[in-house]
Amino acid sequence: MTDSTTVSRGAQMADTDDRPVVLRLTDVVKTFPGVRALDGVQLEVRAGEVHCLLGQNGAGKSTLIKVLAGVHRPDSGTVEWLGEEVSFANPQAAMKTGIATIYQELDLVEDLSVAENAFLGHEPRRFGFVRRAQMARVTREILGRLGHAEIPPRRLVRSLPAAGKQIVSMARALSHEAKLIIMDEPSAVLAHDEVENLFRIIRELTAQGIAVIYISHRMEEIREIGDRVTVLKDGRTTAANLPARTTPTRELVSRMTGRTIEYVFPDRPPADASAEELLRVEGLTRHGEFADVSLTVAAGEIVGIAGLVGSGRSELLETIFGARRAEAGTVRVAGRTLRAGSVGAAVRAGIGLAPEERKSQALLLGEPIYRNVTLATFSRLARVGFTNAEREVAEANRIADTLELRPRDVHRAVRQLSGGNQQKVVVGRWLLGETRLLLLDEPTRGVDVGARAELYQVIRDLAAQGVGVLLVSSEVPEVLGLADRVLVMREGRVIHEAPGSELDEETVLDLVMAGALMEGAAA
Amino acid sequence: MTADEATATAVPGEATATAAAPGQTKQHGHGAGANQSWWRSDASDYARRNLGLIGVLVALVVIGIITQPQLYSDATWVKNNTFTILQQASAIGVVTVGMTFVIIGGGIDLSVGAIMALAGVWATTLATQSYGAGGMIFTGLVVGLGVGLVNGVLISYGRLVPFIATLAMMVAARGLAAEISNKQTQVSTSQFINDLASAKLLGIPVLVVILVAVGALGWVLLNRTTFGRRTVAVGGNVEAARLAGINVKAHTLMLYALSGLCCGIGALMLTSQATSAQAAMANMYELDAIAAAIIGGTLLSGGRGTIVGALLGVLVFSTITNLFSINGLSTESQNMIKGAIIVAAVLIQQFRFNALTQFLSRNKAIRA
Repeated sequence: MTDSTTVSRGAQMADTDDRPVVLRLTDVVKTFPGVRALDGVQLEVRAGEVHCLLGQNGAGKSTLIKVLAGVHRPDSGTVEWLGEEVSFANPQAAMKTGIATIYQELDLVEDLSVAENAFLGHEPRRFGFVRRAQMARVTREILGRLGHAEIPPRRLVRSLPAAGKQIVSMARALSHEAKLIIMDEPSAVLAHDEVENLFRIIRELTAQGIAVIYISHRMEEIREIGDRVTVLKDGRTTAANLPARTTPTRELVSRMTGRTIEYVFPDRPPADASAEELLRVEGLTRHGEFADVSLTVAAGEIVGIAGLVGSGRSELLETIFGARRAEAGTVRVAGRTLRAGSVGAAVRAGIGLAPEERKSQALLLGEPIYRNVTLATFSRLARVGFTNAEREVAEANRIADTLELRPRDVHRAVRQLSGGNQQKVVVGRWLLGETRLLLLDEPTRGVDVGARAELYQVIRDLAAQGVGVLLVSSEVPEVLGLADRVLVMREGRVIHEAPGSELDEETVLDLVMAGALMEGAAA
Repeated sequence: MTADEATATAVPGEATATAAAPGQTKQHGHGAGANQSWWRSDASDYARRNLGLIGVLVALVVIGIITQPQLYSDATWVKNNTFTILQQASAIGVVTVGMTFVIIGGGIDLSVGAIMALAGVWATTLATQSYGAGGMIFTGLVVGLGVGLVNGVLISYGRLVPFIATLAMMVAARGLAAEISNKQTQVSTSQFINDLASAKLLGIPVLVVILVAVGALGWVLLNRTTFGRRTVAVGGNVEAARLAGINVKAHTLMLYALSGLCCGIGALMLTSQATSAQAAMANMYELDAIAAAIIGGTLLSGGRGTIVGALLGVLVFSTITNLFSINGLSTESQNMIKGAIIVAAVLIQQFRFNALTQFLSRNKAIRA
């Protein structure tokens, strides 16, 4: 470390240290059934600073935001806001005291105007009538403060681009006179030049004494806009108040990695070089999602794709499966080209998909387990159009035994199962019939530790039986622990490929975050 | 139920699972039936689900007996009156079966009344009638099926919202019916068609036989075939169905075609009853059919519903109509009662369904 950086670091510390602390979290714990989402979080935010929150997927960032936004109430620990201990009953309560949250999926009403969105739920009123003129005037003022006086307050939000919508979200925060604005990956929806504009606005906000909690995976952004960094891992604060500009990336990454919870991965058998090729994807492209992706999966091989949310991984899997139509490129299964955009063709070719959103994309929650297990195969089990319930139950029982489903009663509604067991039902669906290639999208999201180990074993067993597996996960250790071969995706492109045994978590995270390591080394 | 509870109940569940041999599901059912009161056994599940509607039906009959004791003391009258009620329920009942499929599949068909009018009118034009009863029946069925197919194509492949597509069809089909009939009542000269309404098969009116047959076929189709399973899957979670390889578009198309076909059958039944057809026939049948399906326990958002419940709903409505007519009351007041019944039935079902699912999950956990 050079002298100049030490000096600037010192100056920076002094700069923020004399500002008053507005938010202090001490030992905050929040548990959900089977998961300890927050396990002792410490966080200190000062007025007028940009406080960055770093952590991998599942580290507890989302839960932490929701605690601050009044969506969840902590089980224990204290939240001090402006010097007082608080516990928000609901999001409105948090909003009223000046904590505004801008979620990644902007929660705007598309068919209301900019002003109506900014003042949604607290419109200025007289005799029960909304004072539209006043609302428009104040909105114009706020937009001016944000440097976007050109957005007309009466314009419909639907007609604005993503960056414009984000401005409206911030206008909403300011309409509440927010003293703290939480931004969850605000740059994820923005193009490169729009990010600059976002930063300009953030600087103006902080100059007015407003504190910002900034969440992003992009190291270069944290370096540019952040003042201090707090790192979360497995629901715990592993490092607090590190200087954002000068802390070496390697140190930040190492604070994010290295699990306290040890996942048990089954042994990886040596790769079988003679295995026949099962899937060959060439030049697959969908504009704005992913471009020119080529990959292969052999029989009995597990190929993992690592990448951030938004890197195009889920879209890639769905396109291979035919749920989205490829704009260019081909998908071949055992040498035969699949018809683009046809799920039926993919299923007939022996491909199965366990999608990212279990409940909304894969399950009939009110229907019995066995009907969910046979959802893709009941036609094949049927006799001339008549369903064969007995055989379906028998097959579902067989699957339930293989996957150690709990509870074991296949007549129960799927709704009654835990997340891990629901996932087993989704995976189990494709064990019936002749699935040769399984596409798994975030197979362990929302699954507790015990069920994870079981799912890993199931995936390994499948591969041992000759099924090819293409696995997508935000959790790097999972990809590394399971996959024989790893592809790293960033912004819709495969940027690296290596055997799983030759990669470590830090290298992958680095690639995913776009060469941040080199940048850190230079600093 | 939370994950914790799920795992908690899992422990005893597992014990029985390993102890019982294959085929344990059957023993499971018997055991439950033998050890517990009948209303908790699996066999009574159907009865239990429709208990509310059966209760309403019984209550309506009791009200009939109280208000007209001398009529109800005559066994022949009671038999004939029952047939009257069933005959009045027959055409709308057939249409409701089709509607129930559409709603379970996640859609809605507002055009059923209009399709019936068009099918009825088309089947009774002079040109059609010149081909005899066979030609009329064929025309009625094909027109119903054809219009249903158009609905289906608009919704599946034109990506129109079902509400909009069938609303448009509701207006357009009635317009076409008025155009074809020149706004005149078209009298049926076919003896076969006209006699159908009064004919009996083994002492049971033929129209009632048709209703029972369509109901039975509908039940089998929904509960025992892959078509029915696909319907539930598409209506319950369209994305899950699609990602499981089900051809959602083709299936949706078939659902509306099925509804159209039912309308064709219903139109012929109405034509037979009136010995004529006109553009204004089957007025508001769409609302009656939807209401019957809903009070029969069909979820308007799709994914759940029963044929038996929907037909019980139809019976409740036609029993009310009958009750008012034997007491010489106005049809205006019975519409108010109908409205109240719809609200009451849905309120009771919501309450009961929630209570029931909770009760069942607890009960099953103990049983397992």
